Amino acid sequence: MIFRLINRIPVTALGIMAVLLVLWEAGVHITGMPVWFLPPPSRVFTALVEMLPQLLDHSRYTLLAALTGLTAAVLVALVLAVVMAMSPRIRQGVYPLLVFSQTIPIITIAPLLIIWFGFGIMPKVVVVTLVCFFPVAVSMAEGMQAADADMVKLLQVMGASRWQTIKLILIPAALPSFFAGLKIAGTYAMMGAVIGEWLGASSGLGVFMTRASHAYQADSVFAAIMIISLISLLLFALIELISRLTIPWYYNERRK
Amino acid sequence: MTTRESINNLKYDPVVLLEGVAKSFVVGGKQLPILDEVSVRVGEGEFVSLIGPSGCGKSTLFNIICGLERPDRGRVVLAGNENLRAVDTVSYMPQKDLLLPWRTVLDNVILAREVAGDDREKARREAKELMSLFGLAGFEKSYPAELSGGMRQRAALMRTMLAHRNILLLDEPFGALDAITRTKMQQWLLEVWNRFRRAIFFITHDIEEAIFLSDRVYVLTPRPARVALHLNINLPRPRRYECVTAPDFLAIKKQIMQALTST
Ligand SMILES: Nc1ncnc2c1ncn2[C@@H]1O[C@H](COP(=O)(O)OP(=O)(O)OP(=O)(O)O)[C@@H](O)[C@H]1O
Ligand SMILES: [Mg+2]
Repeated sequence: MIFRLINRIPVTALGIMAVLLVLWEAGVHITGMPVWFLPPPSRVFTALVEMLPQLLDHSRYTLLAALTGLTAAVLVALVLAVVMAMSPRIRQGVYPLLVFSQTIPIITIAPLLIIWFGFGIMPKVVVVTLVCFFPVAVSMAEGMQAADADMVKLLQVMGASRWQTIKLILIPAALPSFFAGLKIAGTYAMMGAVIGEWLGASSGLGVFMTRASHAYQADSVFAAIMIISLISLLLFALIELISRLTIPWYYNERRK
Repeated sequence: MTTRESINNLKYDPVVLLEGVAKSFVVGGKQLPILDEVSVRVGEGEFVSLIGPSGCGKSTLFNIICGLERPDRGRVVLAGNENLRAVDTVSYMPQKDLLLPWRTVLDNVILAREVAGDDREKARREAKELMSLFGLAGFEKSYPAELSGGMRQRAALMRTMLAHRNILLLDEPFGALDAITRTKMQQWLLEVWNRFRRAIFFITHDIEEAIFLSDRVYVLTPRPARVALHLNINLPRPRRYECVTAPDFLAIKKQIMQALTST
């Protein structure tokens, strides 16, 4: 397992990143760009180390909102997908509404969220849920639709109810697709929480970033961005791990 | 002609009775007749094979028996009771094995018990005892992807058998197997049948397989299918594979080949 993980570290991607960082560092020094405008990577790194305790402290709030929102999103998405699978009529009624919900820019309903949920963790969780439920719901619903029709017929001949068919065939068949959607949602979750914090909050990485940018501390902003990316990556890895533990049969089959 | 005679002198009550069943599908806006007045019966505990050219409507006939398709005309009576639903009497093994890739072999074979609402642990215990009969001992916890083709078919057959229905519909269960595995599986199927004594309705392309296994054989014409020939196979049981070279066997084989080529 460990060996496989080491094997999977994307060496080429890391190499390209190193080259870009060197070009950035050199570019800033050669052009003499002011630090408040674009700090060199070395300066960002120093800021990161200096601010680390503060950043980690703020991360706790953001991560909590992200994880809570993501969990809520998964629950909402699963319920929606299962309800849509109950009958084609329900699906035809609900699916367009889901798509429509995605055409509303989250930022525009932010003032409403503040009015409804105040300045606590709640509006952040709601933003994360709104951003994350769609990819999960769609991938789950599509995965259930793509289940083998002959398997469904087999269950029908066994006398299965619609719910039994959903439980025994559609849901397990959709799990690989579900996890693919969850990975997308996982990378949105931190972003959603930070946006939620921009709307108004007293702690969290979003607040840290707002304060830093008001003080023209571009290096601190970059440091926060790095922390956000890092946490998002860890979330992604966590989802991959859960996926491997939940659907080992899928990975075994794929390796063949 | 043996046809009339054997239909009227059935030894057992029919558990499957199809009378004048006709079915057509709409393909590309046109009516495509598939089944044209097909009448067949399967007696209790009987082994009956259905042989016919590819695409003549054999699987469609099975779909009608198990209620997945409705016939355009004709009558389907199961277990002598017009009101009986297929789900209560029929267990179907489709042409594809359709093992669920996310379930272990043990959980795959008890699928029908689970759907019926039986206690899962009890069904598992029952199944474990039969694993060796189905040649799956030691593979209870394996996933279908880890099985060979023959084992997958045996697992699918075990799932069909454990549904505890009186009628088994087997759609070309050995179609995808190599000749050696196939021969072994045929002999093994007869053992299993002998032990459980359920009525088996068996689709195949293979004339020898049909004769070797069956009490009776129906031969269908190309689409739209009608019964071209209906034969009793009076070879003594238990049958050993050597009997495929016996003169009686060859005579029957010749008769079926003629029926398949003359239509
Ligand atoms: N739902 C359907 N809609 C339209 N056409 C269908 C449908 N099901 C089957 N057919 C057509 O009916 C014909 C008979 O199909 P069927 O699967 O019953 O043949 P078969 O005898 O089982 O063939 P094989 O031996 O190759 O399995 C085929 O031409 C097929 O394309
Ligand atoms: Mg077929």
